[in-house]
Amino acid sequence: MKANYGYTDGSGDYYITIETEGCLKCTEHDCVDACPQDVFAIIEDDYDDLVAAVVEEHRRSLAYVCSECKPASDPPPLPCVEACPQNAISHSW
Amino acid sequence: MITAGIDVGSKTIKVVILKDGRVTGRGMKAAGLEQAESATVCLRQAAAEAGIKESDIEQIVSTGAGRKAVSQANSQITEVGADAVGTVHVLPEARTVIDVGAEEGRGIKVSAEGKVVDFAVNEKCAAGAGSFAESMSRALEMTLEEFGQISLKSTRSIPMNAQCTVFAESEVVSLLHAETSKEDISRAVHDAIASRVASMVRRVGIEQKVALIGGVAYNPGFVNSLSRSLETEFVIPDDREYIGALGAALVAVERSKGNK
Amino acid sequence: MTENKQEFWRWSEYNWRDENKDWREGNIVTAGIDVGSVSSQAVICVDGELYAFNNVRTGSNSPDSARRALEGALKDTGMTRDDINFVVGTGYGRVNVPFADKAVTEIACHARGANFMAGNEVRTILDMGGQDCKAIHCDEKGKVTNFKMNDKCAAGTGRGMEVLADLLEVPVTEIGEMSFQVDEEPPPVSSTCVVFAKSESMALLKDGWPKSKVLAAYCAAMAQRVASLLESVGMQEKFFITGGIAKNRGVVERIEKILGVKAIQTKFDSQIAGALGAALFAKTLYEKRQAKGVA
Ligand code: SF4
Ligand code: SF4
Repeated sequence: MKANYGYTDGSGDYYITIETEGCLKCTEHDCVDACPQDVFAIIEDDYDDLVAAVVEEHRRSLAYVCSECKPASDPPPLPCVEACPQNAISHSW
Repeated sequence: MITAGIDVGSKTIKVVILKDGRVTGRGMKAAGLEQAESATVCLRQAAAEAGIKESDIEQIVSTGAGRKAVSQANSQITEVGADAVGTVHVLPEARTVIDVGAEEGRGIKVSAEGKVVDFAVNEKCAAGAGSFAESMSRALEMTLEEFGQISLKSTRSIPMNAQCTVFAESEVVSLLHAETSKEDISRAVHDAIASRVASMVRRVGIEQKVALIGGVAYNPGFVNSLSRSLETEFVIPDDREYIGALGAALVAVERSKGNK
Repeated sequence: MTENKQEFWRWSEYNWRDENKDWREGNIVTAGIDVGSVSSQAVICVDGELYAFNNVRTGSNSPDSARRALEGALKDTGMTRDDINFVVGTGYGRVNVPFADKAVTEIACHARGANFMAGNEVRTILDMGGQDCKAIHCDEKGKVTNFKMNDKCAAGTGRGMEVLADLLEVPVTEIGEMSFQVDEEPPPVSSTCVVFAKSESMALLKDGWPKSKVLAAYCAAMAQRVASLLESVGMQEKFFITGGIAKNRGVVERIEKILGVKAIQTKFDSQIAGALGAALFAKTLYEKRQAKGVA
């Protein structure tokens, strides 16, 4: 499943997409520790699979929560994207 | 040499007239529906204050969201560019500029020459700009001035869950029902705007000194919240809402010289 | 906000039961409870078939609303809560259903419910409620393959519509109809943000636009926004709409036009999709537990 967490508001689209097929093959779950803002958690989803998800508390404020990983110039690779061995995480902005 | 800068913001239009490097006239007017017309009136106002005829103005530069609507302008400059030039002119030590208006926020890193090094903007969502405080003061039936003031009297910080102005209004109503004091609600609202502006400013990085400009810089509640959030003090120029227009007028001087 | 306006998003309370069925003849009785922000539904299924449902307003207390919804569905059936093998809670108040055996997200439940109601060819589901908007893509089993849920921003929700209805002093129920009373479709309102779209609408009114034209411009903007949300999850036929907005022709018909796809109609009330999906989930979960021998 492509799980998109985030929102669209007047200023743009802010979604983190987690390709959960990747999570099923993943044993490390490194995204959880890699993120300085504790954006990810491993949950048991509706189909009883253990997958990564964006925690409820940050879903409506991703543009702000992630801002420090996204400096205005020369943005380095995102820690969460880098950490995922399955390349399952992507950002829409 | 006489030049003018016109800043056509979403809510208000500001004009600054410069004569030989000194501000001699200013004008401010609600933007309303007819931006072009309002800009014309505003320019006339400023010219009258400066005691000059409009035809005496050598060069006019417009800025702001509605800058293209000004037919009198010889050229245009972005808000970010105008803010940088204007701020460094009045506060030469400023290296970070934070501009918060009714509908947008900007964080700009500037050089000693007033050049833009880096910037981030936050626009088109009312929750990250001054109009959020306006809507909430209306929901509490207070003037914006009162609303900004009472924030300073708050003794505790309560988080706002809603990230949208519209949903936040309902939240404010339930906070009132729960007998939360208006002071605490005001602080919660200002903290919320401040945290959004702060996260945008962090994207450009903070370098001292930090200048705060734009109309929302008159709101003491917001200034206090932002200062706490960014853990820094600000330098706030007197004519904080005219800085963009001033920057445009200064750019007009440069461009006029360049033409000769 | 007047009572009349709320009615549109809240729907009226009602209750239905399949008179031709005797639940005692079935093997597995399951229930799904959907506690939404404005209304709550309970659905009872017997062996995976719809048996009874009930719709109530959500009060300030979620557990209580869940209880009232289920009691309404049980009414006149001779069934008690003890006769139900498994209960699944869903909706924004899903964690507050005290007697639920498990909570499942509304995304998964809507997909499952739509699959039952509109057939297994349904691939894209739009659920637009008073406070959120969800676009879901699912497979032939009703399993979610892609979803986006937006509950941060009021634009594109029933709430955003209410703000405009208040401004124009038009009952929300009449918006759809009125938005078609224009000679020509105006360009959509340019601001997405409800706060700025409201100022823009005020300006248009001052400019002499009739209310119907402003409404058309606003509905068109909303439709555009929702259509792009649907496209981003992979819009595919067949397409099904649930939730309060399904009743607003002004938005629905414009969405259909942009996408070039008509939403399918069913004999079921689209409002119960979430609770129905929950009841179906309950059956699967119950069978799983039985198989493991832990129930
Ligand atoms: S960008 Fe940074 S803050 Fe955002 S999810 Fe990734 S690691 Fe976390
Ligand atoms: S979140 Fe609210 S304030 Fe922001 S764009 Fe959406 S409607 Fe406007």
